[in-house]
Amino acid sequence: MTHPTPGAPPDPEHTPTPSPRHALTVTTWLWVALPLAYGLYELVSKATKLFTG
Amino acid sequence: MPPAALSVHLSIGQAYAWSVFKPSLESSLGLSGTASALPFQLGIVMLGLSAAFGGTLVERRGPRWAMAVSSGCFSSGFLLAALGAYTEQFWLVVFGYGFVGGIGLGIGYISPVSTLIKWFPDRPGMATGIAIMGFGGGALIASPWSAQMLESFGESSRGIAAAFLVHGVAYAGFMALGVLLVRVPPEGWRPAGWEPTRQERAPLVTTAQVSARSAVRTPQFWCLWVVLCMNVTAGIGILEKAAPMITDFFAGTSASVGASAAAGFVALLSLANMAGRLLWSSASDVIGRKNVYRVYLGVGALMYLVIRQTGGASKPLFVCCALVILSFYGGGFATVPAYLKDLFGTYQVGAIHGRLLTAWSTAGVLGPLIVNRVADSQKAAGHSGAGLYGLSLDIMIGLLVVGFVANELVRPVHPRHHEPEPHTTHHPTPKEAADDTPDPRRPT
Repeated sequence: MTHPTPGAPPDPEHTPTPSPRHALTVTTWLWVALPLAYGLYELVSKATKLFTG
Repeated sequence: MPPAALSVHLSIGQAYAWSVFKPSLESSLGLSGTASALPFQLGIVMLGLSAAFGGTLVERRGPRWAMAVSSGCFSSGFLLAALGAYTEQFWLVVFGYGFVGGIGLGIGYISPVSTLIKWFPDRPGMATGIAIMGFGGGALIASPWSAQMLESFGESSRGIAAAFLVHGVAYAGFMALGVLLVRVPPEGWRPAGWEPTRQERAPLVTTAQVSARSAVRTPQFWCLWVVLCMNVTAGIGILEKAAPMITDFFAGTSASVGASAAAGFVALLSLANMAGRLLWSSASDVIGRKNVYRVYLGVGALMYLVIRQTGGASKPLFVCCALVILSFYGGGFATVPAYLKDLFGTYQVGAIHGRLLTAWSTAGVLGPLIVNRVADSQKAAGHSGAGLYGLSLDIMIGLLVVGFVANELVRPVHPRHHEPEPHTTHHPTPKEAADDTPDPRRPT
């Protein structure tokens, strides 16, 4: 495993691996999106009764 | 930053799902319907008061402090309510959920507003729309979740206490994300590549800053107060009586609406309310705040007029008009922080927003009062079906017209209200901003 020299320009041929920052971004969005998706699912199931009930 | 704001708003939005606990509280503690609504009502009063009086403190201490206070108050409110239910002391439920939890509602509601506007100076409407949409979404999550919990723990006082306890702990954990992640941008930060000059040339968008104390002395603040109050009152006009209204409008027709379909209609309105918060406030970034309120109030009045004139002739038309009105109701809430930012700058926009929320508290009393009183009087006068709501609809149209006029009266704030120069936002170059903050709109 090689370490880049401090101050050296980044190697353009190597795509950077996903940083912990990206993982944290995904996790935080999932943290709020999953409960919201549950609420929306329950709501849509109830709302369809307007047309079927 | 948006997930941090959402974690708080999705939690405190639970307040609108309080009705789930009402039947269980009434049967286990022997309460009337009016008494069981007290924790919610006190909570909403405290929301308005703490937002109005705590706004300046929130601006001074910052969003992390505000979110921590909100989380602490909201969660401990549930824990106190759990103790109250367990010991069958209803006053403790009212004090815990209503008073302590209500402070958490108000501080939490305004906590991310000014920070979001500072992070997203290019799209302030969309940014606050996401957070305030969360407040609408909170009830969607809490309503089925709380109902399931009561089913599991039982509807006795001990079952309710256990449900409150779990709510308190779960919301403390959920809101912790916001407390940990929220960050204020460096002074004068702006997104790379964004050029503020063009936007600042718009007549109502100021580059100056106005303090909360000065803002309440301007006619612009009170015009917006009237705009918000009228828009919310008109929305509540539908929300408050949605289920009986659709049933009455189509009673005796081939398209009659049963209880289950009416509940579906109410759910659909909640969806429109939530979607409108994001959709319309994002649209305001493009068409301008004054124009979007022209749509809410002007087209809203037209929608009420269509319902008034067509009555029970067409169910799809009735449903569409109601959905549009409710989307404007949600949009009105979500767009107002960006409108305040345009007029008064970002300096104390959260505190000014807090003071403006007294319009919501007023509308919360005014809207149901008008609709219920008028419907009762029409019933006493022998009216039935759509005829029960004719006068209410006329009043709602009148209120929206008043709001429309107030919006037309909004002009740029007089320079005598502006703060001295040091508060004026400095805009560094994109390079300076990039050097200061590597990836500012993402959580660290």
